[in-house]
Parts: sequence; C-alpha cells; structure tokens
Amino acid sequence: MDRKKVTLDGNEAAAYVAFRVNEVIAIYPITPSSNMGEWADEWAAQDKKNIWGTTPLVQEMQSEAGAAGAVHGALQTGAMTTTFTASQGLLLMIPNMYKIAGELTSTVFHIAARSLAAHALSIFGDHADVMAVRGTGFALLSSNSVQEVMDFALISQAATLEARVPFLHFFDGFRTSHETLKIEQLNDEDIRFMINDDLVAAHRARALTPDRPVMRGTAQNPDVYFQARETINPYYDACPEIVQKAMDKFAGLTGRAYKLFDYYGAPDAESVIVMMGSGAGAAQETVDYLIKKNQKVGLLKVRLYRPFSIKHFIAALPKTVKTLAVLDRTKEPGSIGEPLYLDVVNALVEGGEAGGFKKLPKVIGGRYGLSSKEFTPAMVKGVYDEMAKAKPKNHFTVGINDDVSHTSLDYDPGFSTEPDDVVRCLFYGLGSDGTVSANKNSIKIIGEDTPNYAQGYFVYDSKKSGSITVSHLRFGPKPINSTYLINRANFIGCHLFVFLEKYDILKDIVEKGTFLLNSPFGADEVWDKLPRVAQEQIIKKKLKFFVIDGYKVAKDTGMGGRMNTIMQTCFFAISGILPKDEAIEAIKKSIKKTYGKKGDEIVKMNFNAVDQTLANLHEVKVPAKVTSTIELKPPVVKEAPEFVQKVTGEIIAGRGDDLAVSSMPADGTFPTGTAQWEKRNIALEIPVWDEKVCIQCGKCSLVCPHAVIRGKAYDPKYLTGAPATFKSVDAKDKEWAGKKFTIQVSPEDCTGCALCVDTCPAKNKSDTKLKAINMRPQPPLREEESKNWKFFFNIPDLDRNLVKAGAIRQMQVLRPLFEFSGACAGCGETPYLKLMSQLFGDRAVVANATGCSSIYGGNLPTTPYTKNCEGRGPAWSNSLFEDCAEFGFGFRLSIDKQKEFAGELLKKMESQLGGELVSALLSADQKTEAGIFEQRERVKILKEKLKDIKSADAKMLLSVADMLVKKSVWIIGGDGWAYDIGFGGLDHVIASDRNVNILVLDTEVYSNTGGQMSKSTSRSAVAKFAAGGKPLPKKDLARIAMTYGHVYVAAVAMGARDEHTLRSFLEAEAYEGPSLIIAYSHCIAHGINMTTGMQNQKAAVQSGYWPLFRYNPMLAREGKNPLQLDSSEPKMPLADYIYTENRFKMLTKSKPEEAKRLLELAQKDVNERWRIYSGLAAMPGAGATPAANPATEQKT
Amino acid sequence: MDLSTNYMGLKLKNPLVASASPLSENIDNIKRMEDAGIAAVVHHSLFEEQITREVYELDHHMTHGTESFAESLTYFPEPSDFILGPEEYLNHIEKAKKAVKIPVIGSLNGHSGGGWVKYAKRIQEAGADALELNIYFVATDPDVSGEKIEQSYLDILRSVKANVTIPVAVKISPFFSALANMAKRLDAAGADGLVLFNRFYQPDIDLETLSVVPNLFLSTSNKMRLPLRWIAILYGEVKASLAATSGIHTSEDVLKMLMAGADATMLCATLLKNGIGHAGEILKGMELWMQENEYESVKQMKGSISQKSCENPEAFERANYMKALQSFGKIL
Repeated sequence: MDRKKVTLDGNEAAAYVAFRVNEVIAIYPITPSSNMGEWADEWAAQDKKNIWGTTPLVQEMQSEAGAAGAVHGALQTGAMTTTFTASQGLLLMIPNMYKIAGELTSTVFHIAARSLAAHALSIFGDHADVMAVRGTGFALLSSNSVQEVMDFALISQAATLEARVPFLHFFDGFRTSHETLKIEQLNDEDIRFMINDDLVAAHRARALTPDRPVMRGTAQNPDVYFQARETINPYYDACPEIVQKAMDKFAGLTGRAYKLFDYYGAPDAESVIVMMGSGAGAAQETVDYLIKKNQKVGLLKVRLYRPFSIKHFIAALPKTVKTLAVLDRTKEPGSIGEPLYLDVVNALVEGGEAGGFKKLPKVIGGRYGLSSKEFTPAMVKGVYDEMAKAKPKNHFTVGINDDVSHTSLDYDPGFSTEPDDVVRCLFYGLGSDGTVSANKNSIKIIGEDTPNYAQGYFVYDSKKSGSITVSHLRFGPKPINSTYLINRANFIGCHLFVFLEKYDILKDIVEKGTFLLNSPFGADEVWDKLPRVAQEQIIKKKLKFFVIDGYKVAKDTGMGGRMNTIMQTCFFAISGILPKDEAIEAIKKSIKKTYGKKGDEIVKMNFNAVDQTLANLHEVKVPAKVTSTIELKPPVVKEAPEFVQKVTGEIIAGRGDDLAVSSMPADGTFPTGTAQWEKRNIALEIPVWDEKVCIQCGKCSLVCPHAVIRGKAYDPKYLTGAPATFKSVDAKDKEWAGKKFTIQVSPEDCTGCALCVDTCPAKNKSDTKLKAINMRPQPPLREEESKNWKFFFNIPDLDRNLVKAGAIRQMQVLRPLFEFSGACAGCGETPYLKLMSQLFGDRAVVANATGCSSIYGGNLPTTPYTKNCEGRGPAWSNSLFEDCAEFGFGFRLSIDKQKEFAGELLKKMESQLGGELVSALLSADQKTEAGIFEQRERVKILKEKLKDIKSADAKMLLSVADMLVKKSVWIIGGDGWAYDIGFGGLDHVIASDRNVNILVLDTEVYSNTGGQMSKSTSRSAVAKFAAGGKPLPKKDLARIAMTYGHVYVAAVAMGARDEHTLRSFLEAEAYEGPSLIIAYSHCIAHGINMTTGMQNQKAAVQSGYWPLFRYNPMLAREGKNPLQLDSSEPKMPLADYIYTENRFKMLTKSKPEEAKRLLELAQKDVNERWRIYSGLAAMPGAGATPAANPATEQKT
Repeated sequence: MDLSTNYMGLKLKNPLVASASPLSENIDNIKRMEDAGIAAVVHHSLFEEQITREVYELDHHMTHGTESFAESLTYFPEPSDFILGPEEYLNHIEKAKKAVKIPVIGSLNGHSGGGWVKYAKRIQEAGADALELNIYFVATDPDVSGEKIEQSYLDILRSVKANVTIPVAVKISPFFSALANMAKRLDAAGADGLVLFNRFYQPDIDLETLSVVPNLFLSTSNKMRLPLRWIAILYGEVKASLAATSGIHTSEDVLKMLMAGADATMLCATLLKNGIGHAGEILKGMELWMQENEYESVKQMKGSISQKSCENPEAFERANYMKALQSFGKIL
C-alpha cells in the first residue's frame, strides 16, 4: 500500500493515531506533552473525524488528576478514551491508573517521558515519570523514534482492546516528542485494519449503564480483597503474546517488524546493551560501526517493559552473550539498582537457566541521559569498552563527570559514528527570529519533496527574551537514527552577529565546511569585525564563508525581525542540498502553502524576500592570516563571586555539560542575586533620561519588567567622583529638599521593551514626541552608561524610614529585590513581583507555583531574586504546580509555630534575658518599617545574650529567634494554578485565618506552556484548547473569595491605576489574615504589542472588562461596606478594547459569525459583572439590609 | 411625478443614495434604508489598510514570540483557514444584495496602487451593482509634485477599471490645483461617475495629553456649497455621472444639488443624526416642493442652474468671490 511520507514530530505522530482511535480525549497542558492535546483540540475544532467517522470530544480538565478522573469515567461508560501527559502530570494520574488497571479497562495513555521534580524541576526527558507508575498495572510500551511513536500508538491501541490491560505508550520527552523526522504515515485503512470493532463493542458492552446495571468500585474486606486482586493474573500473562501478535499483524501490513525485545547486532555478540527509549538510536548506530570493526557487540531494545516477559527476553538474547550492560534513564536513590537493571537481573536469575547460555551472563547497570542529557555514540562506546574489562564498573553513570561518588565511565568524546552520506547543519538563531520555523520548513521541503530522509531537533534557551536557539538538521539517503546533537557540522548558519562575540560558534564545523553569517557588515568589511577565534577556525578549517545582511533585507521587504525566509533561502542557495533553482522553487511553493491562508500580501512579501536575499548574498574572500584581537566576552563580569564564576558562568557559556558533580549543590540550594552578573546586552535600544523634562513621578521604574530603570534620591555628597556623563538634578519632592535625584538605566540588562517610555507621562514642551525618557541605540551608549550604572548602584539607598511607601514617586527609590529576570521583554507580570520585592522583599518568603513566574524566577543559570545591602531579600522556593497555596501555607504555619515557640522560650528564660527585653520582643509593633527595624535590633541583642548562655533552651531559642521579626509570606502563581489546578488548595488556605498574601498573576491563559485556556480565560478569547473561542465566561475568583468575608481581596491592573495597585499591595500585606491580589497581567500570549501593554491594561479597565476593586474585611469590622469599587463605570464598548488583542481578534478572522455571537455574550458578561459589583459596593455597611426585600416588594 | 434618475447607468427610483458610512455595516440598516425610500446604497468602505495591514498584523501576532522558549513554542492554535478582511466584506455585500432590491454599490478606500485594487473584481463577483473608488490621499511629501499625485489617481482608476465591468465612480477631494481638468482626465480614464467631495477629517490637538487626536464632526448643510459649485461647473463638461456628497441634510439641499447638475445626492450625516427614516421626510419634502413649483420630474430640473444654464455663470467663478466680499462688507 502506498503511504504518504511526512515530516512531523513525536507528539504529532502520537496524537495522529490517538485522535483516530478515540472518542473522548481529556487533556491538560504539561511540557513536553502539551502539543498532543493541542493537536487534538485543533483537529476537533476543524471537525476532523476518527476512523468511525465522528469527531472526538476533546475536553480540557483542571489538572492531570482531573483528566485521569474524566478518562476513568468515560472509559467506564463505554467511550474509547485517551489522554496525554508527562512528568508531574503522570504522577497526578497514578490513583486513577490503579483503578483503571484494576478494573481491566482498555485504554492507551500517551506519554512524553520527562524528569520528575526532585532537587529541581526539569522539563526535559528521562524515564523517572514512567518508572514511577510501573506498579499501577498499566502495560508500558516504549517507542524509540518518531516512526515508532506512530506505529506503537496503534499497536498499543490494538493490544489493549484485546488484552484489557491498559497501556502507557511512552517516548522520550523532547528528543522524540519534539524531534522532526521523515516517516511513513499510517492511513485510516491501516488503522481500521488493526482495530477490531468487535473488541470495541466488547469494551462498550462492559460499560456502566442503567440498562444493564452493575456495580464497580466496591469496598472489600480482608476476607476477599487479596483473592480478587489475584484474578487479573491471566490477563497479564496473556498480554505479551497479544502485543507480539499485534506487532506481527502490523508487520504484515507495513513491513516494519517489531518484537517485544528487539535484538540488533552481531549474532555472536558477547557484549550486549539493554535499554529502551531514544538512546537506542545512538546505540544502534554505534553497534553498526563497531561490528564493521569486528567487535562482537549487540543491543537489546526493550519494547514492552510491563508486563515483563522473561520468556521473550531470554529468547531475544544471543546465546553467546557474556556481559549485559543495562542502561536506565532514571535514578532511584537508595535502590540496589535502577528498575530495568533489577528486572534484567531478576529475569536472568529466573529464566537464565532455560536460555541456553554457556554461562549466565554478567550484568552491570548504569544511568545515562537524565533530563535529556546527551547520549552519544561516544558514550555508548564507553559502555562497551567498560563491558570488555575484566572487572567492569557496576552502578555506573555515563555522560557526566562524577567526581563525588566516582560512578562515571570514561569515554572519548571525539569518537563519532556520523556517516559520511549525511549532511549535518547547525543554525544559531535568536528566539522568535524565525530560524526554527525556517528550519522546520526546510526539513519539510527536503523530506517531502525529495527522496532524502530528514531530521530536525531544536535546542532552546532558558530565557524568554533575547534567547538563543540552536537547530540541528540532518539530511541523508538512508533513515536517520542519530538521536543526539550534531557535533560535526558541514554547514553552520549564525543568524545573529553578536553570537560570535559570545560563543565559539565554529567549534563544531568540519574541515571545508560552509559558514553562513547574518552580518550588518558586508563581504569586504566583515573579516575585521570577527573575533579571533572565529577567524582562526575559518582559516584552519578552510571554510567557505558567506555573509548576508539579513536584517536589511528583512527591513526592505517588510519582514520585520523575521529572518526565516531570508536565511532559509541563503541555506538552500549555498548548501547545495538541492539544485539552486529547484530549491528556490520549492521554497516559494512552501511559502504559498504556509502563508496562503494569511493572504496574498504575506505570500508576496516572502517571495520578495527570497528574491532580495539572492541579490544580497555574498561570499567572503578569506584572508590567509588571523588579524583579529577581539576575544570572546566572558560569560559573567569579573566582579562576580566564586560560585558564579565557576558554576553559573560555565552554564551561561554553554559549558554546563562539563561541570562535575562536585560543583553542584547536593540539595538544590542556590545563592540568590546572580542575575546581576550576567550582562546579556540584548537591547538594540535603551531608554535615556532627560532630566530637564522629568517630573520624578517614578512611573517608569514602577512598570519596568526587568528592574533596569531605577530612581534614587541621595545626599549631594555622594556625587563626588561621578562619571562625566552621570546625570543628577535636585529632588523635586518637598520632603527630600536638599537631596539630589537620578534616574539611571542599566544598559546591559535592559531588554529594550520600551514599556517605560510608553508609560512616561512627561512630555517635552518644545517637542511633544519626546518624553522624559526616550529610546536610543544601545551600542554607542553601552560603555558610558555602564559606568554610570555602576556609580549609581553604589550610591547608598535612602533609609527606608524616610520613604513613604504609599506614594509611588517616593517608594520607587526602594531597591528592587527582583531584577534582570529572563521574562519576556515587556512582561506584564514581573512589575508586580518587583513591587512586592521593593515593599516587602527584605522580610518575604515566597512560595511560587510552577509556571512563568517560577521559570523566570528560578530557572538556572541565574536567579533574579536578590538581596539588599544588608544581605536580606526574598527567600524563594517552588514546590509543585498544584500545591503552591498549601506550600506557602506551610511556611506560615512553620513561621507562626516557631515564633510562638520563641515566645514561650523567651518567657521561660525571662530571668536570664531581662524582663524589659523579653517584654519588648513580645509586644513589638511591627506594622511599620521602623517597628520592624527596632525588632531586628532587639533580636540582635537577644542573640548576643543567648550566645553566652549554655543551656538547651538558649540553643533552641537561638535557632528560632529570627522568627520574632515579621515575615511576610507570599504565595505567587498564575491563573492556571489559582483558577484551575491549585484552586482547591487556594480555597482551603483562604478559608483559614492565617496571614498569607496570595498574588495571582492573571494572564488569563497558561502562558508558560504556550497559552492554553484556563478558567480565567474570558469568553470569546481564542486560546489553545479553545481554538474556536472560549464559549463560557471567566470564573470570578475574587467574588468566590469574598464570600468568606474574612479574606482581603483586590483586583488590580497597574497600567490602569498604579496607585491603586500600590495601595492594594500595602493593605493586603498589612491585613492580618489571608489576602488575595488578582493582578491583571498583559502577556505575549495575548498577541499584543508588548511595548504598549500597560495601555491594554488601561483599556481593559475602561471597558469594564477588568474592574478595579478592594474588599477589605477591616472595613466590615468598622461597620462599613468592605467592598470599594475603584474604577468607574465602563466608558467604552468591550469590542473597542478586546479587538486590540489578537487573542480576541483572531476569532473574527477564523469564525466571524461565532465571534459576533460571543462578543455579544461577552459584553453581557461585562455588564452583568458591573451590575453585581456596583450593587454590592453600593450596599450599606454591616447591620443594615439592602432595600430590595422581595417580601416587602410583594406587599407593595 | 417622476423622481427617477440615472446614475452611472443605474436606474434609480429617486436621487437619494446612502453614502458609505458605518450604517451599512448592518444588513438590517440597509433594509431600513430601502424601506425609507432610499434608491441605492453605497456600502461602507473596504479599506486598503484592512487588506494589507490587517494581514501583516495577524501574521505578526501569530508568530511573535514563537519558537523561542521550549515550553511555549507557539501561543495560538493555528486555524485551518482565515477569513480575512476582504472575505468578510465580500460576504456582507452578498448578504446585502440578497436582502434588498435597490442597487448596492461597493466601496474601496485606498491611496496607493497595489494588490488591493484586485478586490474590485471580488466586489463585482460578490454582486455589487457598481463600485465607488474612494481615493483618500493627503499629499504630505514635499518632494512629490501635484502632477505625480494626479497621475497616481488615474493609475489607480485604470487598474480598477481593468478589473471590472460594473460602473466605477471616483470619490475625490476638492484639493486639486485644476479640479475641472482633473475631473476631465478622470472622465477620460474611464470614470463612470465622480463623487464630490470627500471630506478629510481634520485632526485636533488634545491640550490635556499634548497629543494629536482624530476628530470627527458630522457635516452641516453649509458644507454642501463646495460640491454645489463644482457640480454646477462640471455639469455638461464630463460624460461621467455626478454625485453630490457632503452637507446634504434637507429636501432643499437635494433640490439645489439636482439643479446644479447632480445625478445623485448622497446622504450620510443626516441619517446618522436623524435616523434612517429621515430619508422619507426628504423625499416627501422634495415631492411637495416639486408639486408646489410644478416640476414633473427630476430630469427636468437636473442641471437647470448649472454654470452652463444659469443666468449668471460668473457666479460660480472669481466674480462671485468679489460679490461675496462686497456683501460681507455691507453686513459690517
């Protein structure tokens, strides 16, 4: 049968089959599996059908636990049902998985296997999650490549229907889930052939229905539970054969034959590696290479890991094997070995005798590839070399340098098995410049328009702004198994010139390779601008060197900052992969296909870019000598502390893989304040202060998402030694008379978002397009302004007691303790965090839900939370996504208890410590900065005294004394957490009377995972999982919280009324009970111009979309109405606001009629919300009843 | 009494035409226009910017920030298809055509040559009976000569005419050095009608924010003097039909325009201000005046006080300026 060849990634391959063989799909976003749900949702929105001719029902749930529950329910009532997840999501599904398996229910869960959060979270791939569910009773089937993902998705579905054992079909997160590969696509007839409708009918016949009522899920007692649990054994015994049968049927259909344990290698192998997952690709390539060198090696790929069939395992091994090395992509601390290793050992013990081995093979086990750590043929060779030793190391690691427990194997990193007939290309791009999409497109062109095979894998940065992307592309005449990054490239494209100043881009290029550089300097002048190391590589390796000014071509052709079409054209023009004319034609065809639906103008623009590119691409005549004296920039500044130099700096430089185990903290604890040492220089333009125009309002620094623009008021004496260009004027604030004032920008930390300039209210009276700050090109300012920043930074901060926290113009001189994060340029969330850190950072302990704020807040290499000059600052931790409220609540309980205990000890030791001190410590008023300062001083005295007292109580009191000073507990997360997955916990925490401050950074979507709908998403907005526009209104979290009566609640939007935001933060923190601040945060996921994000906030408030209010229980205690509406009645129609944002506007372009309908309803939502809130706010305070009494009305 | 008129070959039951305005964005309004007696409706405009900028914006926002961070490689679901500005507009014309019997005139608003003019053909295919080409151009570039600008008007018109077979009217502004000559050249380039004049919305300054703000004032009756003069001058000089727009609020305004030589009189501000039903009042007023003054048809009065036919043709020229100044002096 003729099947289509397609290039797609593992997620799409899995979703492709899953969508066709299911009726209900319950989803929830989690990296790296989110895309499977997104595909399913998009296809459902497009009304695509499954093999039975109906469109599956795709439903997002509030968590993976919820998704598993919904799956369980849908299965129990007879629908073919699936879900997709990974990592923590899979952990949340465990309880239901036991149930689903215990009830012998046919289903397949598709898993992009990912690390579990332990000492740290990681979004990357390993088998920790899969191994954590091996006791649930699910069958575990492993796919090693994108083709296998598509094949096994179907095989597992066929098998589960017959076996009644539920299946977990898993593949490696990112390496397989995100690898783009040319594969053969199964068609609907294939799927129909494999799926037996009688078994589907049998599945339905087992469903719960009142027409044939039965009970499932009974409670059983000691008398029968055990026996009942043993009833399932025959099903598990039969399962492996059923899977093999399905594999054989599949082989008959497609020619791709799989075994439960697939052996690959020499028939007389003596050393065999046993493993599962994508690493098998690298291992297979190594086996091929070593066999050619006459080595007796082999590889056993484990497909069906559970139920583990000893019989099939033993049968698959060559009888000649002497040593087995079992590789696990997981770590099980405290175990005598990792799971696959233990199973193999056990299988040999139980079944080895029947295996016909001359001698039972020796087994060693090792760990590799945790969190997508590279696993290369060099490492595989290292393992085979170890096996050949007389006493091979057991419980080893490979791929790292373990200088602590000395588990790691040595290997030769120079060893390579890359075949000569494969073209290997590396592209370094700037995030969002189109490099990755261009490469994905090139793979499609080559994979689908030529007989060649193609593979693409993309490595991204941990920053959300100014990040680097590295694309790894392979093309060749044979299927590509190289499941590792390219380190011998024939072609390297560098799409941003400044990368050359930071990285040794050409270190991985082969001799006579081709180097393409996007350069503002032409072919005649570029050579002198290259760093020394680049010149050396070009000459030494005899590279062909081409340049293009892609940014100029982009500008001239209207492409903006998108380099995709331009650099792709260059690649095809010079790489020789396809004849040039043929390639250009293919690019244009592909442009038409990709952009056709966006209109002819976009197609034309891209065509024009192709033509202009060819005219602007030039080869550089390479001189014979290295002339450059330009050296690569160090990753961190030289003043950085030792840890930052030795560890953080190496990670920044891209050499983190080389760091030894001993360089990492054992318990995941890292220093804060490290973002300041990494000077990223990503802004093309930075704000420049015009001190003559400035009114010193503080708004620019308030809204700065990256804390790079700051104000200081200071004594004039500190100006001594100021750099010549340092600006300073008299402070305008009357209370600061006699002081000087400066607004200073950190040029190397700025992202150039220009939010500050957009917000600045002061206009130049003679030239109104100018403000008190104006964007100017960064490079000419960099050096001078860096000096000015350094000088500014060292001017002492104003005494906090002299600063009115309630006035923005004053409080903005407070030092931000959250700075230079990797958030998106113009982020709408970070200004709130920075504000919190300025006001309360020196006493804050932060519990952060997983999401954007935990990523820009805590993703290595650097940490934006920092310390003040006294060494105090926010202490920060991330537990999970779902438990942030509880986690922070735990902080509060712990602090309160320790404080109480300290109080008890103080009283107990009063005679030793002095009554006055004890009394002052216990009765301290810490409502003000001054009060807190004084208490800190008292605690200092207390500690001094305690040092001299040798008693158990003194020792204990010393350990809890700090808790006598006020601690501000902040629970921070996004709407995905607060409205959905963490709502239960949040609700429980606000139902308590503990003093916690909850800050919800509400972007109305799951921003971090790419904009999926949450219950905060508004009606009519388009989001992932709501491709057709969200049909129902946003959940009113504030009103829910208000129903308790004792919860402080505020809805704020900094861009609409900044002073209201400030007041709400101050009131919330001062309130001695639970506080909830819901902060409207504009977001890149809204499809807006981020520079004017604060204007979007304003429009949101003016249209009534986001009313501002505060609900303060303290007012109720005074007999007043606790609810105060702080924004006025809607002034403009909702449409005038929402259609400035792509999330709403795009529905008018995809489903105009539906957009109209939903707009009307959304306007009604706004009106109704305003009606209710204005009504509530107009009610009299306590004691009175509203006028509208139905009983009274009836009488009248 | 025969109120009918011929506008660009379209037989209209009377000279009242609803000009391009937001009112026609709603099909119900178009139905109400027909019910009120209006003889034809010019659809709200399809803007050049709508066709070009909108697609750029959509493309930008769909791709901005994508493929940058491993967890959020995109931010929006990708629909299988987009119904972009023109499609929506074309659907609307189709619906309008189905909803009413009176002629529906499409409107294209732009200022430069380019891909957008091909939408003229799409508008024709959607069923429009004619097309109004609104060339809204403010000549701000001091290096571009009037000649060049005039040429671009002609080029745009020619490229639109090359795309359609339905009649095409050109709506122009009065800001030409030699308006009569320009009208003649447009006529020669194939314009089936001239719509006089486009009102340029003049911006204002907001003293609070120190910024320039758009400011839209609806026209009043005294705004009709300018088109009145030029229709009177052009009547008989060009083959193209003449339509008057700006400041037509009352039956008197309509009658004056017809006498000056207009084939059609366009209503906008008055419908926005007084409601669509006001058109009926205007018609009644016309009929009453014609009865009282014993006019049998619109045809009879058309151009009766144009420059060619009036007693004092100089009244439309410089001489009138002097007269006006003299009378101004008398008032003082």
